[in-house]
Amino acid sequence: MTKAITLAISLIAIPASADWQINMNEGVTALSREIFDLHMLIFWICVVIGVAVFGVMFYSIFKFRKSKGAVSEHWHENTTVEVVWTVIPSIILIAMAIPATATLMDMYDTSEADVEIQVTGYQWKWRYQYLDEDIDFFSNLATSREEITNEAAKNPNYLLEVDNPLVIPVNKKVRFLITSNDVIHSWWVPNFAVKKDAIPGFVNESWVKVEEPGVYRGQCTELCGKEHGFMPVVVEVKAEADYEQWVADQKAMKLAMAGEASKEFSMDELIAQGEGVYNMSCAGCHQPNGQGIPGAFPAITGSTIATGEMDKHIDIIVNGKSGTAMQAFKEQLSAVDIAAVVTYQRNAFGNSMGDFIQPSAIQK
Amino acid sequence: MATVDVDLPHVKDEDPHHHGPAKGLGRWLYTTNHKDIGSMYLIFSLCMFMIGGTMALIIRAELFQPGLQLVEPNFFNQMTTMHGLIMVFGAVMPAFVGLANWMIPMQVGAPDMALPRMNNWSFWILPFAFLILLSSLFMPGGAPNFGWTFYAPLSTTYAPESVTFFIFGVHIMGASSIMGAINIIATILNMRAPGMTLLKMPLFVWTWLITAFLLIAVMPVLAGVVTMMLMDIHFGTSFFNAAGGGDPVLFQHVFWFFGHPEVYIMILPAFGIISEIIPTFARKRLFGYASMVYAVASIALLSFVVWAHHMFTVGMPLVGEVFFMFATMLIAVPTGVKVFNWVATMFRGSLSFETPMLFALAFVVLFTIGGFSGLMLAIAPADFQYHDTYFVVAHFHYVLVPGAIFSIMAATYYWLPKWTGHQLNETMGKLHFWLSFVGVNITFFPMHFVGLAGMPRRIPDYALQFADFNSMASVGAFIFGFSQLVFIYNVIQNVRVGEKATA
Repeated sequence: MTKAITLAISLIAIPASADWQINMNEGVTALSREIFDLHMLIFWICVVIGVAVFGVMFYSIFKFRKSKGAVSEHWHENTTVEVVWTVIPSIILIAMAIPATATLMDMYDTSEADVEIQVTGYQWKWRYQYLDEDIDFFSNLATSREEITNEAAKNPNYLLEVDNPLVIPVNKKVRFLITSNDVIHSWWVPNFAVKKDAIPGFVNESWVKVEEPGVYRGQCTELCGKEHGFMPVVVEVKAEADYEQWVADQKAMKLAMAGEASKEFSMDELIAQGEGVYNMSCAGCHQPNGQGIPGAFPAITGSTIATGEMDKHIDIIVNGKSGTAMQAFKEQLSAVDIAAVVTYQRNAFGNSMGDFIQPSAIQK
Repeated sequence: MATVDVDLPHVKDEDPHHHGPAKGLGRWLYTTNHKDIGSMYLIFSLCMFMIGGTMALIIRAELFQPGLQLVEPNFFNQMTTMHGLIMVFGAVMPAFVGLANWMIPMQVGAPDMALPRMNNWSFWILPFAFLILLSSLFMPGGAPNFGWTFYAPLSTTYAPESVTFFIFGVHIMGASSIMGAINIIATILNMRAPGMTLLKMPLFVWTWLITAFLLIAVMPVLAGVVTMMLMDIHFGTSFFNAAGGGDPVLFQHVFWFFGHPEVYIMILPAFGIISEIIPTFARKRLFGYASMVYAVASIALLSFVVWAHHMFTVGMPLVGEVFFMFATMLIAVPTGVKVFNWVATMFRGSLSFETPMLFALAFVVLFTIGGFSGLMLAIAPADFQYHDTYFVVAHFHYVLVPGAIFSIMAATYYWLPKWTGHQLNETMGKLHFWLSFVGVNITFFPMHFVGLAGMPRRIPDYALQFADFNSMASVGAFIFGFSQLVFIYNVIQNVRVGEKATA
């Protein structure tokens, strides 16, 4: 019944920002425009060939009908014609391949970058590490569960919004080092014409030099499991001064966070914070109700870990479990978040261990 | 000779070899008749087409509107995976083998296939392969959910437990295909009637001969790659596990070394069918018979050196990108020759437009559109924008649905009267054609647009700007899906009653 109602709501709530875009975006870099031009060139070549071929075909269909008394001729070979229509397409293709190769060479030239950022794919979030600065953060989907399940109206950036966007400076060459922590992902921002697979054990390179400040959105484009469709990429391109300010802010925030970890928290504070952490980092697999998915992801309710020894519970969250989808969260979550989510899991979903732990006791 | 009084009981009672086929289920289980086996292949393929089609409709129903309405993302991924596997290995390939079984012995003047018992076996293991695959839907953790391309390590370290059943199923399908291919090659090379030289064979026979060689070349590669997965999952090897010193990209190289010839396995016999139908209804000999044969052979050879165009974004070296781009673009030349030849066959012919011809003409137009998007995808720099978006989905559905599937339907309308002795209902055939033609285009043409606008493939939910074209595609999918019921009804009516066929 509830399913029927949500379906009805979703059918009535016609999306406001829907449009009828039919072509690729030109993008905001010199390279993306070059690629767009190649795309249009090959498209028009196809259109011209198509018009010629289908023109002759439909002419034949209308002109040489048996019902109009057409009588078929007997020829069935003509070497000259056959040579001509083999050679001409070959020449067109070679002509096309030359500019395409030149563009490829530009795409592969990652030298002399001003800023270097390592991009790491995780199931199902992106991690950005600035190699020259002490900046390292995760970028998660920010769209609410209610919007996805049609219980709330969808905002214009539905599924294309994150909590912490990647921030880069305008008019600087930014080099991306792209890799993965688990399965293969692919990092794509259409307006940059940058798409590169994030592969565990490999580091791929790509680069961008954006000409206009703004917010650019993309998605993971390689099937990476259950939440593949919920793994957006958002890049904020800032003017030089704004970028410097952002870098300074990030560093200040990091210091403040370090101070948090030594504070004392009450159990209620930890549970309140833990719920948020759980919904962001755990609910994707273990489900919002803690029941997991039988055969795929274990339940938190009554689990031997969440109702067992505290140390083992912390260990599996901090270090993960190799060979399974359970990843190590020591890099992703602060000591406060880990203490909070451990406390929450032990005291929610029908678990009532009644114990809790302070962030200062978390050994990462 | 003094053996006159020897008792010969089998002469007296009902020996099947002398008195027609056995009755009941036994006839179908033990048959070595190429026509019976061909029929079973075709019926099996139709069942799989319906199951895979139902999965497609579940996918399109979920994608009708943004937001999650009907299925969970994990089940959605199972549907996309199973839809792909079933359509490729269960619907298209067995349909072509079925057509080959029916037509090749008759077209080369052979009494049956060269290896009739193996023919029986290669069909009968197929239903079990798909039962194993489909049963994984009911296992804990669900069916395979890693896409029909099953990229490691998503399909190894991170796979549901049913992946082992999937591997077993793929092995059986592969064995079936290899046996089918051996049989076809043996029949064509050894059993042609006197005077039937190779360059006199009908094009359907030629395209199947080349397809069969492709099958023998690449099915063992597929078997190899799933075996490597099996080893990684159960026996502690690390072929594809980077943490153990393995290489996830190796998987893609091996898979696509199988996968690219595989897509030609699904289209070359279609070229053969179309090359039979167009001359018939144009009442004019096929233009450029020899160049058609050479074109098919060169497409087949080129298919072995283009596999990495599926992997332009994995971070190949620049020279690799350039090589695979050039090689892929080359394929457009022989493919173009084929299309030009079909058009030249129609030029100054005397055309009529019965159902098989309608499907064949739609094939030429829509397959060519699929070829154009293929040419666009070959341009490596542009492929960085197209790769793994709905543009690719549009491309391969254009070559597989109005390509391979339409050719199979054209072949059914064209040859069914020969098989059953009954004329098909032409009105219903035309209704089926027009509904399918309109449905296919409403479904797949908008996918080009959402792909270019930036919608990735294999996602259960999407951003709002893709909503309009997605609803449109879903409506088209339901039109196309349900119009196949007209086809099924028409075929069943034909087999059971039907007007007697002339000529």
